[in-house]
Amino acid sequence: MKIRRTRSRVLAAFAVLALVVAACGGNGDDPEPAAEPDDTAEEPVDDEPVDDPVDDDADAADDVSDVTLTVYSGRNEELVGDILNAFTDATGIGIEVRYGDTAELAATILEEGDASPADVYFGQDAGALGALEAAGRFVTLPDDVLDLVDDRFHAPSGAWTGITGRARVIAYNTDMLDAGDLPDSVFDLTDPEWQGRIGWAPENGSFQAFVTAMRVEFGDDTAREWLEGIIANDPVVFPNNTTTVEGVSRGEVEVGLVNHYYLARFTAEDPDFPVENHFLPGDIGGLVNVAGVGVLSTSEHQEAAIELVRYLLSVDVQEFFGQRTDALEFPLRDGVDSPELPTLESLGAPDVDLSQLEDLQGTLQLLQEVGAFQ
Amino acid sequence: MRPADQVIERHEAPASVTRGPRSVTRTHPLVWLPAMVVAMAMLIPAVYLVIAASELPLERILEIVTDLETLRLTGRTLGLAASVTGASVLLGVPIAWLTVRTDLPGRRFFAIATALPLVIPTYVGAFALVAALAPGGLVESWLGWRPPSPYGFGGAFVALTLFTFPYVLITVQAALRGLDPSLEEASRSLGRGPFVTFLRVTLPQLRPSAAAGGLLVTLYVLSDFGAVSILRYSTFTRTLYLQYRTAFDRAPAALLGLLLVTLTIIFVVAEARVAKDRGQQFGRRGPTRSAPQVALKRWRIPAVVLCSSVVLIGLVIPVTVITYWLVRGLASGETANLAFGPAGRSLLVAALGAVAAVAAAAPVAIWSSRSRSRFARLAERASFTGYALPGIVVALALVFVGIRVAPGLYQTLAMLVFAYVVLFLPQAVGAIRSSLLQVEGNVEAAARTLGSPRLTVLRRVTLPLARRGAWAGGALVFLTVLKELPATLLLAPTGYDTLAVRVWSATAEAFYTRASVPAMWLIVLGSIPLAVAMIRERGERL
Repeated sequence: MKIRRTRSRVLAAFAVLALVVAACGGNGDDPEPAAEPDDTAEEPVDDEPVDDPVDDDADAADDVSDVTLTVYSGRNEELVGDILNAFTDATGIGIEVRYGDTAELAATILEEGDASPADVYFGQDAGALGALEAAGRFVTLPDDVLDLVDDRFHAPSGAWTGITGRARVIAYNTDMLDAGDLPDSVFDLTDPEWQGRIGWAPENGSFQAFVTAMRVEFGDDTAREWLEGIIANDPVVFPNNTTTVEGVSRGEVEVGLVNHYYLARFTAEDPDFPVENHFLPGDIGGLVNVAGVGVLSTSEHQEAAIELVRYLLSVDVQEFFGQRTDALEFPLRDGVDSPELPTLESLGAPDVDLSQLEDLQGTLQLLQEVGAFQ
Repeated sequence: MRPADQVIERHEAPASVTRGPRSVTRTHPLVWLPAMVVAMAMLIPAVYLVIAASELPLERILEIVTDLETLRLTGRTLGLAASVTGASVLLGVPIAWLTVRTDLPGRRFFAIATALPLVIPTYVGAFALVAALAPGGLVESWLGWRPPSPYGFGGAFVALTLFTFPYVLITVQAALRGLDPSLEEASRSLGRGPFVTFLRVTLPQLRPSAAAGGLLVTLYVLSDFGAVSILRYSTFTRTLYLQYRTAFDRAPAALLGLLLVTLTIIFVVAEARVAKDRGQQFGRRGPTRSAPQVALKRWRIPAVVLCSSVVLIGLVIPVTVITYWLVRGLASGETANLAFGPAGRSLLVAALGAVAAVAAAAPVAIWSSRSRSRFARLAERASFTGYALPGIVVALALVFVGIRVAPGLYQTLAMLVFAYVVLFLPQAVGAIRSSLLQVEGNVEAAARTLGSPRLTVLRRVTLPLARRGAWAGGALVFLTVLKELPATLLLAPTGYDTLAVRVWSATAEAFYTRASVPAMWLIVLGSIPLAVAMIRERGERL
């Protein structure tokens, strides 16, 4: 009797399990049946030729204003929110934006698979764009869009294009150092004279992109040697660029390896902020990385999505990026220069192919091996 | 109650709560069936992790698991979790007693203020601590004195203790409010002083709730990313995030996640040991009446100092830093958005999350506290898997599963609330369960003997007994949802920004002025459930 009861309980338990599986993860407190047929009405456009998505411009043009684009933006709302809203005003194409971390949103798109609601991905790191490209998640952008920017700043395959550039710089505390005290290359920072004076953020995507670039340019051994040299100088580890710049301003460290544009944030809120950027023309430490966009191959609104890319590269928007005081970035459209920043040409940025910066696992491993994260 | 009753009850206990699955038959299907469903749903992240990790070849799995670095990280993580939990109990239990049972000056203020550090997201709290305490920070520049460095183990330990000990505090406060004072009165009448009575009589009765709160702290520390990353202390979760954020390779990250689940199981089992005494509770709740207030006398000053220093570091310093950001920004011409929209949305999701979590937790808690069934125990333990996992892991798991299984609900409020339940259910389960464990199952047995049908007993006896725990658990979930970030970012309806999203988005890009108003809002909204608990307490005393 007892045994039979037990068994019936066990059976009941399995029945419940089956029920749950059948109901597909419906939870106890949600009366709505979670199960829904898996076939979404419109199939993703897998079978369309992805390399030429703008074949019939005329058809798409008239109903474009009913479209609402979903943008996954790893770029902060504070930085691009106004511009994306202005796109709707200019074109009538609606926009819904999901803001988040660049890498996490890329991971989300990878997890979502073909059903991803995203039409456009806007990330602030070539590595994340490269990961989505490698997974075949982007369509090839039309040539007239790609031609707007220098070849260095879009994927050679045309899967994504940079919108703005950010240069790696040495940010330094102006109370403690003069511009003349600073080296012209990050390689000089391994000199013992920099003992205890350097701040860096090895967890940061831009920093890792820079290390990857160093590996691509000079080989793993040189990169390892450099990392070990810096670590021998007891650098202070910060979680990201912002906190590194803060640390420099407090004098906790004298120099920080960061992207150039964080400084403008601080000076906007505090004009006496004691930090300046030191650019590194021609040095690998002055790598120019991009914030860029790609159009999802699963998007049902690729026309409108490409319209958005075009808009982001339009002269007005590009000039805006180059002028705003709180987020001063390099406009990437040929012929548009920021009045506040050195020109990209004068930076003589190292000629690194950004789409080659995809071996992030290798960089992560290297950083872990040398103990950069402590 | 009367000693004679107790003797009889203890004697009878083995007969009424027989070991083994037979007692399941005593639990109404309306309890165990939903509990089962909830438990299954809670396992979704773990199942996802198994699927994702299975992409790895076996030798790579072995390589990662046996890697010295992995072991070292495990050690560091466990060390941090153990110290934070210990400190949280040492801090939480006395403060709970002081704020519930004594004539502590400003008792009601401290009851709320000491719990409020909980609503400060660790990424904001840790950030504020750094801004205040780091070399060259606000304290040094204002006072000219350099405080000890906030970085490394020490900083992570202090920050996490202050921002998580309220889990112990709130759980134990709820237990204290529900405690029958007769045993303590007996002790006092037999000549024991108030402190000996606290140590020898009250404290043992608080063990289940302290253990439940402590477990919440331990698992929170396992899953925290914000504080350890800002305060530079490498843990398991920090490494896991690094994998996700850098390499876009989910398989190794998933494996690390599974290791974390394994650690969780160990802790949950250990907690069950500590909180045991299931058949052997001390008091039974008589007619509701308040315990007499203990006069602190010469201990008043030290007690106030203790509570004040917690409030100072956990609340005043972060609030000061936030205010400083606001004032500095406004002075240089920034405008501050009042953020009513995000505040309303935060309030909504936190309330929905709390209600849903309590509703889902009730059957699990009732079943596991009233039945000796192995399934009941498993269901309770399953509820912990989501809690100890870093938010990003759970969020991505629900992205993966949600979009395939319930595409119509993907990125809707329903899915988001479901994610909150997966993430925070144990907070509600723990609180409800400890309030039920304060009362012996014999109360229900008695009601049955008197001829009430099971359902009536459930409705008229068990659920009212669970109510106090439900309020405390709901409050905990409410507070935790307010600051939740990763799942909100990925699973909320597109464009649905909450206070936590605003704070994150602004601090991530160093727009501190814009972060300050939503951060203030978090603290204001967070005091709501605490104030409600207080008012309820006062109402019961009348």
